[in-house]
Amino acid sequence: MLLGVAAYHLGSRRARGLIKPDGPRLHSLPGFYGYYLALWATLPAMMVILLWLLGEGQIITAGALAALPAEMTQGDVNQLSLLVNDIRNVAAGSGYEQADTVIKSAAERYLQLERQSNLLLTVLSLCVSLGGALHAQRRITPEFRARNQVEKILTFGLTGCALLAILTTVGIVLSVLIESIRFFQMVPITDFLFGLKWSPQIAMRSDQVGSSGAFGAIPLLTGTLLISMVAMIVAVPIGLLSAIYLSEYAGPRFRSTAKPLLEILAGIPTVVYGFFAALVVAPFIRELGSSIGLDVSSESALAAGLVMGIMIIPFVCSLSDDFINAVPQSLRDGAYALGATQSETIRQVIMPAALPGVVGGILLAISRAIGETMIVVMAAGLSANLTFNPLAAVTTVTTQIVTLLVGDQEFDSPKTLAAFALGLVLFLLTLALNILALRIVRKYREQYE
Amino acid sequence: MSHSTGQHYVGSHDRASPMNPRETTTTVKVDRDHRVTIGEYTSPNARIRCRDVGVFYGEKQAVQEINLDIGKHQVIALIGPSGCGKSTFLRCLNRMNDTIPDCRVTGEITMDGQPIYGEDVDVVPLRAQVGMVFQKPNPFPKSIFENVAYGPRIHGLVHVKSDMEEIVEKSLRRAGLWDEVKDRLAQPGTGLSGGQQQRLCIARTIAVNPEVILMDEPCSALDPIATAKIEQLIDELRTLYTIVIVTHSMQQAARVSQRTAYFHLGRLIEVGETAQVFTNPQHQLTEDYITGRFG
Repeated sequence: MLLGVAAYHLGSRRARGLIKPDGPRLHSLPGFYGYYLALWATLPAMMVILLWLLGEGQIITAGALAALPAEMTQGDVNQLSLLVNDIRNVAAGSGYEQADTVIKSAAERYLQLERQSNLLLTVLSLCVSLGGALHAQRRITPEFRARNQVEKILTFGLTGCALLAILTTVGIVLSVLIESIRFFQMVPITDFLFGLKWSPQIAMRSDQVGSSGAFGAIPLLTGTLLISMVAMIVAVPIGLLSAIYLSEYAGPRFRSTAKPLLEILAGIPTVVYGFFAALVVAPFIRELGSSIGLDVSSESALAAGLVMGIMIIPFVCSLSDDFINAVPQSLRDGAYALGATQSETIRQVIMPAALPGVVGGILLAISRAIGETMIVVMAAGLSANLTFNPLAAVTTVTTQIVTLLVGDQEFDSPKTLAAFALGLVLFLLTLALNILALRIVRKYREQYE
Repeated sequence: MSHSTGQHYVGSHDRASPMNPRETTTTVKVDRDHRVTIGEYTSPNARIRCRDVGVFYGEKQAVQEINLDIGKHQVIALIGPSGCGKSTFLRCLNRMNDTIPDCRVTGEITMDGQPIYGEDVDVVPLRAQVGMVFQKPNPFPKSIFENVAYGPRIHGLVHVKSDMEEIVEKSLRRAGLWDEVKDRLAQPGTGLSGGQQQRLCIARTIAVNPEVILMDEPCSALDPIATAKIEQLIDELRTLYTIVIVTHSMQQAARVSQRTAYFHLGRLIEVGETAQVFTNPQHQLTEDYITGRFG
């Protein structure tokens, strides 16, 4: 790294010194020649270092193992990796006294190889760096189009970064997908998607009792839908109406204070909402229910949904407000000029015009509600009831993923793999909603271009 | 006429020379503050009377001391350089300025003898009587039929579906759009071309059966062919409605209007018969403007 920085300065300075005395007009600014040289001096060297570091570990380990007697390296993979760990530990200086002589000698060999490797790397990268710089220097002439070259290299770099982000996403999706496929090898996919019973208790030992093991996702999905529905019933009217008030009725002063305040609501961590739901709202609803003779469970879908709705209000409000404001003023003028009142204008002209955008915003809000975890973990409970009664305790997909992965688990038991399958379902669900929402929003945007 | 407008296009050095043809005309050069409106601002059969009208945006006065009558069944053109207050004045006539915060209108505007500003005046019927067409075509994101039917619907003018169809057809016919859209009334109005959209907006305004139509540069976003169609339409509509049109095109003002009012820096400088204002302007500012010296 230091080498690269040094090369950069050296390269750009040398390029400047070389370029300035030139008589004929340069094709590009001198700085571009400097950049060009610096890039040639650093990029290939960095590539070499990267490749070296990737390959280095295996070669050194193999070298160290070769120093051991043959019978020690005959074991299976697990034993071998234990051995390698031992050598590395000794080489790093821990437990040197206890280690036996064979390991010690292997560790010394390991360190020696590492030193050699580092030296070799330094020399090699320096050579590559200098070679690159020399190559670039030779190409520098007044006619040389350094600017275009530098821009091209930068474009490659930016494309690479963008690809990295995409590849990471693809990687996550693939890992979830592969684990889910492993799950579906143990539990049939139809049982998972259409099963009505969720009880992921798997025997850890064969003689264990009380191990049912039913992986039907339907109760979880209905629980998720139920809570999201309650949340939307709270959030859509309040959010939408407050957006209409903010954008059409409120004065500029009220608006400039109220909107940031609403957005603060969006900044509250969901954990805070979660214990608000569990400690304040849920008991309140239970007492309210019992006072009018209803049997409300202490962890009800209603409580979780209500609080989730409050959480989503700023989201709905702020998006709707943006879309209502995006309706051109000329439409309002047109309606007013026909003698429409303010409420007629809002209901019959502005809302129809803003509706696609608002619907898109609501769909985005729903996908947030479905993916929300903390509130439901704390307030919705864990019992997988197949019910549409908002007063009962239900559980959601996200809650179950959390409970499946918390605690000691083998990572190849169906119980943990079920979490991946649930994650996949959740991912597909929100992905579909987001695509739909974005498509609607885009269509709306085109309308007023 | 002792001079043609063409002579005024010579260079600016000409202004001071004794050969300047302006010296020989009857141009009025008193009134350095432009306090007095030149020309006959009253009208014998006035529909709208404006007396001492001023408009303030906050502290700033945009329009002041306007006295103007708008007569029945005629087209009056408001011309003047940008920012001279002509659109602001136009928007007073159906109280569209009410929608702008901090905007205040002083003076008196009466329509058929009734004041249009005041505590007890309802703007809804006023705006039904005084329709408005805007600079940029602004059809609602509804079907062509619904665009025209919207006004009659909110004013409760019709109760039977066939009546509505009749009104829509009549309005579209008057706006000269019927033949082009009669087969696609259910399609969105935003899908029409710019000129068609503007005629749709005119049809929408006509549909509520107004008495006065205000037009704020209705052709500035249109190509010459669409402009010609709208101008022809304005001429036809004159027999049924009173029209006030703001325009930046002096040719347009000369073509479509019977009276012309010249605004400058928030004041009404000169008003008169269009032919007279264009061929023999009385005020030097008017003359400078219509001969292209500024603006």
